[in-house]
Amino acid sequence: MNAARVWVTNPRHDNARPAGIPAGFVAGPRRRGKHGGSELTQTAFRMEARGVSKVFGNNTALDAVDFGLLPGEVHALLGENGAGKSTLIKILTGAYQPDGGSIHVDGVEVEFDSPLDAQSYGIGTVYQEVNLLPNRSVAENLFLGHQPTRFGLVDRRRMDREARVLLTRYGLDIDPSSELGMHSVAVQQIVAIARAVQLSGKVLILDEPTASLDRDEVQRLFEVVSGLKQQGLAIVFITHFLDQVFALDARVTVLRNGKLVETSELGEMTRTDLVRRMLGKDIAFSGSTSLEAERAFDEVLMSFTDYGRKRSVQPFTLDVHKGEVIGVAGLLGSGRTEMARIMFGVDPADSGSVTLRGKAVSIKAATDAIGYGIGFCPEDRKADGIFGDLSVRENIVIALQGKLGWFRALNRDEQLELAGQFGEAMDIRAASLDMPVKLLSGGNQQKVILARWMATDPDFLILDEPTRGIDVGAHAEIVRTINRLRNDGMALLVISSEIDEVVAYSSRVVVMRDREMVAELRGQEINPGIIVQAIAAHEEAST
Amino acid sequence: MQFPALLSTRVLGNFLTDNAFLGITAVGMTFVIISGGIDLSVGAVIGFTGVLVAVLISSVGMHPLAAFAIALAIAALFGAAMGLAIHYLQVPAFIVTLAGMFLARGGASVITQDSVPINHEFYSYLTSLAIRMPGGGKLSFIGMLMVLVFLVGAVLAHRTRFGSYVYALGGNATSASLMGVPVVRTTVTIYMLSSVLACLAGLVFSLYTSAGYPLAAVGVELDAIGAVVIGGTLLTGGYGFVFGSFVGVMLLGLVQTYIIFDGTLSSWWTKIVIGFLLFLFIVLQRLVFAASTRADRSPGGA
Amino acid sequence: MSRFPLNRIINTQTVALAGVLLLNWILFPGFFKIEWQDGRLFGSLIDVLNRGAPVAILAGGMTGVIATKGVDLSVGAVMAVAGAVAATMVDAGHSTAAAVAGALAAGLLCGIWNGVLVALLDIQPIIATLVLMVAGRGIAQLITEGSIVTFSDPALIYIGTGSFLGLPMPVVIAFLLMLLATLAVRRTAIGLFIEAVGVNRSAATLAGIRSRLLLIVVYSLCGLCAAIAGIIVAAYIHGADANNAGLWLELDAILAAVIGGTSLLGGRFSIPMAVVGALIIQAMNTGILVSGYPPEFNLVVKAGIITLILMIQSPFATMVLAWFGRGEKRSLRCTAACARSWQQSPSSSSPMRRPSCSFRRCFPRVSWAIS
Repeated sequence: MNAARVWVTNPRHDNARPAGIPAGFVAGPRRRGKHGGSELTQTAFRMEARGVSKVFGNNTALDAVDFGLLPGEVHALLGENGAGKSTLIKILTGAYQPDGGSIHVDGVEVEFDSPLDAQSYGIGTVYQEVNLLPNRSVAENLFLGHQPTRFGLVDRRRMDREARVLLTRYGLDIDPSSELGMHSVAVQQIVAIARAVQLSGKVLILDEPTASLDRDEVQRLFEVVSGLKQQGLAIVFITHFLDQVFALDARVTVLRNGKLVETSELGEMTRTDLVRRMLGKDIAFSGSTSLEAERAFDEVLMSFTDYGRKRSVQPFTLDVHKGEVIGVAGLLGSGRTEMARIMFGVDPADSGSVTLRGKAVSIKAATDAIGYGIGFCPEDRKADGIFGDLSVRENIVIALQGKLGWFRALNRDEQLELAGQFGEAMDIRAASLDMPVKLLSGGNQQKVILARWMATDPDFLILDEPTRGIDVGAHAEIVRTINRLRNDGMALLVISSEIDEVVAYSSRVVVMRDREMVAELRGQEINPGIIVQAIAAHEEAST
Repeated sequence: MQFPALLSTRVLGNFLTDNAFLGITAVGMTFVIISGGIDLSVGAVIGFTGVLVAVLISSVGMHPLAAFAIALAIAALFGAAMGLAIHYLQVPAFIVTLAGMFLARGGASVITQDSVPINHEFYSYLTSLAIRMPGGGKLSFIGMLMVLVFLVGAVLAHRTRFGSYVYALGGNATSASLMGVPVVRTTVTIYMLSSVLACLAGLVFSLYTSAGYPLAAVGVELDAIGAVVIGGTLLTGGYGFVFGSFVGVMLLGLVQTYIIFDGTLSSWWTKIVIGFLLFLFIVLQRLVFAASTRADRSPGGA
Repeated sequence: MSRFPLNRIINTQTVALAGVLLLNWILFPGFFKIEWQDGRLFGSLIDVLNRGAPVAILAGGMTGVIATKGVDLSVGAVMAVAGAVAATMVDAGHSTAAAVAGALAAGLLCGIWNGVLVALLDIQPIIATLVLMVAGRGIAQLITEGSIVTFSDPALIYIGTGSFLGLPMPVVIAFLLMLLATLAVRRTAIGLFIEAVGVNRSAATLAGIRSRLLLIVVYSLCGLCAAIAGIIVAAYIHGADANNAGLWLELDAILAAVIGGTSLLGGRFSIPMAVVGALIIQAMNTGILVSGYPPEFNLVVKAGIITLILMIQSPFATMVLAWFGRGEKRSLRCTAACARSWQQSPSSSSPMRRPSCSFRRCFPRVSWAIS
């Protein structure tokens, strides 16, 4: 399977295409290389990152990653959340400064202070959430800061005229004086690309530009991208839709856990190959069936029937048994988080029904769910999980206190006892239970959130990526905890992009794809190979 | 119309004169609010300017023009300092401009506690300047000044790069800085502009009353905010027109005039009506905004 | 009160209060002299307490609001409304109890209005409360019909000028309220929930806290506090002045809360410390008065204090501190954390989310960072 793959970690010279960028596209680069032009290397990389590293606290987000970008290519950057994609992009665009390694543009070492600085070197970026001004006109968005002026006043007519010419080149026939926010996200993306190319013109970084586009819009975007590729621009493309990578015939760099997995031509690679690289390890494709799969479960705890929410998740049907772990596999954006949020009532379902121990219940808010004995550890620990300024103790007792209500307050001694008990059970390493939780490591913060739910004595616990971004030791402990809770009779739903992990503890695996539950695997089917194929199946089928 | 006299040019002229200081203040406030900020210090700046100018003219014996220049320069520095503080201390504009309000109000009271009359021929000259309008109305100097400020403000907001930067900041500060908007310079200029215009309004107010009083124009900041919002500017920033604020000021003036003309309605209705209009516009803006971002998925709608 | 063991009573705020009082004593040697006369205490110190009481009461309510990452600009206007209601009601022949109840109900209603705008319509607190700030005085004038309504109801006047156990009534009321509020907030889970919502509303909702209801309650209580302060002020001057009652006091209340250690970004709060903040402000007022400066000079001093606090709390100060603290082993982890949160802040998706690890938060608690 690996035979036909072309490795291009050291690209040959003849691979590089001449930079045929039309003069109009190039903004005057401001060179400020540390070593002047002396370090011109033999490679013809338009832009190159050599061994860049980035460390946040005690978490290494990026570990000596090499990344080379050729002129006239579309280079897809792949990886799950926490793989280091966004960190690498932020370093390439100047939003972060690397802690190690160097950045080279046209062979000259450079340092970017800010995105603006990077722009002046010809690096333009378009972000997923369009970073333009929806409240201003299309033309102004194209030219902000560079508007044509006459007698010191902005020459609107000329600006609109120039905007129209520019937009036609991108196949857009829209009124340049119309408000940007009135147009579809796709049009906004193309306007953003037009601006980036206009101002930068060497490298274009597209950070998940298709996340909120429909199929036709994606097609339109791809035409623009292909056109720019023909013109010799170097394009970095970040996406989690694998078929797009194939549609663009991109060269591929895969990152995982902050490390470079490989850079290669697509060649004969299949989607399954890509998924396997993204999700980790060279998965042994036989055996390793979960032991748990053999266990029998009879007592249904909760039962979701045609449960769904518009624009979030297609209706799904799922029974949750006492004492089982349901693993949820699927790529980022597959609807896995949305499923958890609907089950917990944060985004209430608008179709279907749910029963708890056979009785119909209604879960319209998190408080309802907690009342029925459900707990939820969200994916984004910092934004939705921890209360950074509050103490470890308060972070642990808060959900229980929420359940008890406003007036049955736990006093300080009770809080300390609870926090101590569950903190110990989770092996939280904190100098004191009264220290702010934000000073703990990611792993310990995750354990605090787990302890928070343990304290409410839930029957059903939903964990969204519980092991993301934490160190190996804490990782293992959390997996052990999941097993222990299951043995104690709790039902768990665990969302994870670590396939091995899902296989190890799940008694059933649900596969999500395109906001839909597409497979429910049990018994012998719980096997990394089958899961990966289920995740990738759609993309295989679509070509 | 219940009151045909409301429509005469005489009333119109008086109308412009009476609302001139509020109008000039509102222009500065429009820029501040479009940029997503708020300036609570403008009323205090008006009061401070009146007192400073009155003392410089009456006690020090300075020529009014020199006094005006000094006042405007101080206001510019004052506004710049607030802008810098908002940017570098990264605190909400309302608290910084609150400190500014205290400082200006306190500063005025430190200069003098009493009402200081201004008797200077230049003042009489300026107040006598007027254009006769058909129908017997007079467009006074300060009325013309307000119209001029509105015109210049409109050009500045809608036809200059600075104007587009102001909208950019209010639309999305992160995008704006990524798109190369000079954030510090723009923020400083916005608050400088607001303070300078408030100072100009203070000068107009002192021409209007021929006196300086440290407690003059208390609460004008609220009227100005009200006028700007009623004029269609989004309080959360990003959208708005200078001309809209003109309409807002005129509307507020009309409410006031109507209430005075009516005679049976009492002056406090003005505040209630302003408050109600403010509420109406805020809720309206909120609903429009909510409709446009309905797809937004945020926990608990928070 | 478990949050404030005795050793915590000696902190920045109380030291500052002591400092201001000491300064007053230097300027005015008779400052600490307290006399017993006609069955009550007299003296400058009592005066500070008495005059500080309304702001202290306002500050109590405001602290809760600010801790939820909000602010209530309308309390001054609500004071005027409550005073107007009380005064017109006793003048119309209602009993004192009914008048007080009416005024409190008016304040509560104003608070609920603000809370609904903030919690249900998701309007920014500054903007939402601005409506009542503008309209409130108009409503108060509407109630009093534009005049200053004076009254001679002895029971109502007693609230403002009477004394209990030798202490002026406003002081007694403020003290009891502070005690009650602190107990209500700390003996129940409300305090914890307020802090949780202020620190991270999204996480609070996910942890099962009814944040919308909580916000409405917090704003309502703030309105209620404003009404109490309004009644006291009206009773003190024997009349309701819709134009001047509570004028600018919203700003004093915010300042008191901030001096009391509540960050404008929400989170940790302390009602007793906010009351101390209110007393600091009043002690300064008195000090400036006794030293012969015009009372408006206060405003300049307040501006200076706000600026100082903002500078201390700013991320810039945190950075400077982190830099100075580098050599100091004890604070190393603490400052490293500060620096980290600062470095990471530009990356966070929301530009408004800033590192909240401030000088005040970071420094006095260095002890836990050892070990």
